[in-house]
This record gives sequence, C-alpha cells and structure tokens, in this order.
Amino acid sequence: MSKTVDARGLSCPQPVLMSMETMKKMQRGEIVVLVDTQASRENVSRAAQSQGWEVKEIREDGDEFHLYITRE
Amino acid sequence: MRNFLASRWGIICVGGLIGVFAALLQKWGNPGNMGICVACFERDIAGAVGLHRAHVVQYMRPEILGFVFGALIAAFSFRDFRPRAGSAPIVRFVLGMWAMIGALVFLGCPWRAMLRLAGGDGTAILGLLGLVFGIFIGTKFFRSGFTLGREAKSYRAVGLLLPGIMLFFLVLMLIFPQIQGEPKSGILFYSVKGPGAQHAPLLVSLAVGLLVGFVAQRSRFCTMGAFRDLILFRQTHLLGGVVALILAAFAVNLLVGQFHPGFVDQPVAHNQHIWNFLGMTLAGLAFALAGGCPGRQLFMAGEGDGDAALFVLGMIVGAAFSHNFGLASSPAGVGPYGIQAVFLGLTVCLAIGFFMRRKLA
Repeated sequence: MSKTVDARGLSCPQPVLMSMETMKKMQRGEIVVLVDTQASRENVSRAAQSQGWEVKEIREDGDEFHLYITRE
Repeated sequence: MRNFLASRWGIICVGGLIGVFAALLQKWGNPGNMGICVACFERDIAGAVGLHRAHVVQYMRPEILGFVFGALIAAFSFRDFRPRAGSAPIVRFVLGMWAMIGALVFLGCPWRAMLRLAGGDGTAILGLLGLVFGIFIGTKFFRSGFTLGREAKSYRAVGLLLPGIMLFFLVLMLIFPQIQGEPKSGILFYSVKGPGAQHAPLLVSLAVGLLVGFVAQRSRFCTMGAFRDLILFRQTHLLGGVVALILAAFAVNLLVGQFHPGFVDQPVAHNQHIWNFLGMTLAGLAFALAGGCPGRQLFMAGEGDGDAALFVLGMIVGAAFSHNFGLASSPAGVGPYGIQAVFLGLTVCLAIGFFMRRKLA
C-alpha cells in the first residue's frame, strides 16, 4: 500500500506536519512525499527517520523532489 | 552532495558563529546587546529612508543587506534558488507588520532576545517566554488545519526583486555616505546619537552579514522554528543552533567584558515585564503563522521566496507605523499607544489563525 502526500508549495511546518500525520495513520508501508525545496526535503527526511521510517529513495523531477519513505 | 550545515553539528556551528560575530559586532561598534537584531536593524533602515523620523534609530544597516546577498549567493551556489510566490501575500505583509510592532514593544527580534540574555539582561527572559507562548498558540492553529495556501513557481525576476531592493539600498549608501555629525546625507538619514549612531564599520557589517546569510541559508537556521519544532514535533534539531548562539555570545561577552547581569538599566531595554511578554507573544504568533523568524524570512527572500520578501517589507513598514504612532517602546518603557497596539495585533493575528483553516486535500 502506498500513499502520496503532496506538500509542494507549502511552507514550514506543513510538509513535516502532513508527513507525520500520514506516518502515524499508516504505521507501515510506503509514502511518497512531494516537495519542492531542499529545506522541505531535509526536514521531511529528518522527520521520517525520527519516526523510525526509512528514506528509501529521493527522486529529482525538475524542481521537485519525490521522497519514498517506507517502514516494514 | 551532503549538506553538512544542515546536520546536527552543522546547525550548532552556525548558531555558534552567529553568536560569536553578534557579540563581536557590539565590540566593533553596534549597540549594546544588539550585535545583530533583525527587527531593530530593519527599523533603522525604515528610518534611514525616512519612513519614520525617530532620529535616534536611522541607519542603513549593512548586516541586513548582507543577509539577503549571502543567502542569494548560497542559493545560487547550491542550486537552491527557487523563485516562488503567491501564498496569501497580503496576509504575509500584515503578519510582518504586526511582528515588527510586537517586537518593538519588547525591543528586539528573537535573535536580540537571546543576545540580551547572553549579555546578562534579565528582562529578556520574559520576552523569550512570550515568544515561546506566541509560537505555542501558532502551533495550535497549525494542528487545526491553518494554512496560507501553496506558493507557485514564479519568474526568476520575482525572486530577484528583494535582493535588488537591498542592492539599491547599498548603492544609496555608497552615493550618500555618512557625514560625521550630520543627520542627513543626500536623501539618507543618519542618526547622530542613540542606537542608530552606534555601528560597526560598513565593510565589517557587510562582511559579517554576507557570511551569516550564506551559512544560515544552508543550515535553515530559524529561532522561531527551533521552538515550534520542539512543541509540534518534539524535535530539537533547530534548537541546537539557538542554544549554541546563546552560549557562544555569552562566552564572547565574558571574554571581552560585555556581560553585565541585572534587570535594570540594560542597554536599549525596559523592564515592564508584562509588555515584554505580550509584545513577544504577538511577534511569536506572527512569526509562527508566517513560517519563520525575521532572520529566516530574509534568508528565504534571498533564495527567491517572494512571500518571505513581502513579510520583510511588512516589517519595514510596520516599523514606520510603530515609531510614527508611538507604539514602539524606549528604555523609559512602552510607548503611548504600545499597549493598545499589542491587543489589536493579537486580535488580528488570532483572527488570521482562526479564519484561515482548512483541510488540505
């Protein structure tokens, strides 16, 4: 099961807040978080790791970052 | 490439560097416990261009210009310049105004609150507590769905406008340099006494500004974010930078004899604790809703964020209102209309928080 969180264009702390809420709701699985600043990419990665999720892959698509975060 | 400055030790280094240079800037000429104060310095810039005529606080502070240039250079160096705008711009401007009005009731931005503490100024404690309380209120709004909406990508020119304005200010300063003992040079105002007359040499201020702007953009240093993340996420990442700033400034103050503990007669401060607290509550709430402390707003403006730029301009205009209307405090205490302004500002910011909530799809 995979869920997408679209946090593009949103400023702090919303990308992290949305990612955290989704992580809490899902408990495990895969979440794709879309952000478009390096700051948000770093913040969401840090938040994911602090919640015991793994940042499996970060894909760059033009000005956007697609973060694949997972937990078994 | 890994961004060291965004790591735990990176942000601690950046906070420490800001603390060291802020304390040194005081040694080199900046006002007491005001090595770097984004609110005070933007207020001085408003005075330099004559938006207000409080003759003791008029100076084109090169630190502020340097912050924006430094952030711009960092953003361009690391493919981080992302022109964007359009997330409730008018609200950002209004939040900037009220943030400044609140900060000037306390007499300082969060950076200065910490520098005041590091210089032994006990009256800063209530200001800091007020700041945290304001941010706490802000997190409640975020928890219940507050959002200013999405920014959209925009033209490169949009991202370059505020750096351009700052460059224009620097050019003005070079065309109309300060003349010793003169309150005006060409079209620019220069304080001949008061905090506005105390400043480090132009090139020193500009160089420190550039350095701080560069590393702060890379590290995302943010004093408001430090407390917000602690309250909202129990994260201490940004807090590391804030603690490092206080400790570093404290250490340098001790070394150069700038540490003077006490609650009375502190430089550019008053001890009306309730208004120190509530002034910073207002500022903290406005920073939280707008997503960054005044320093962070400058750095984001430098990386192309047109809405952060508007927050900056709101602060400069807010400073003008603050001094023209007698809202700003002085060492003698709060201004004649400062208290009313705090309550009106809290009402406006609470209303913004309350009425701009929705669930994002």
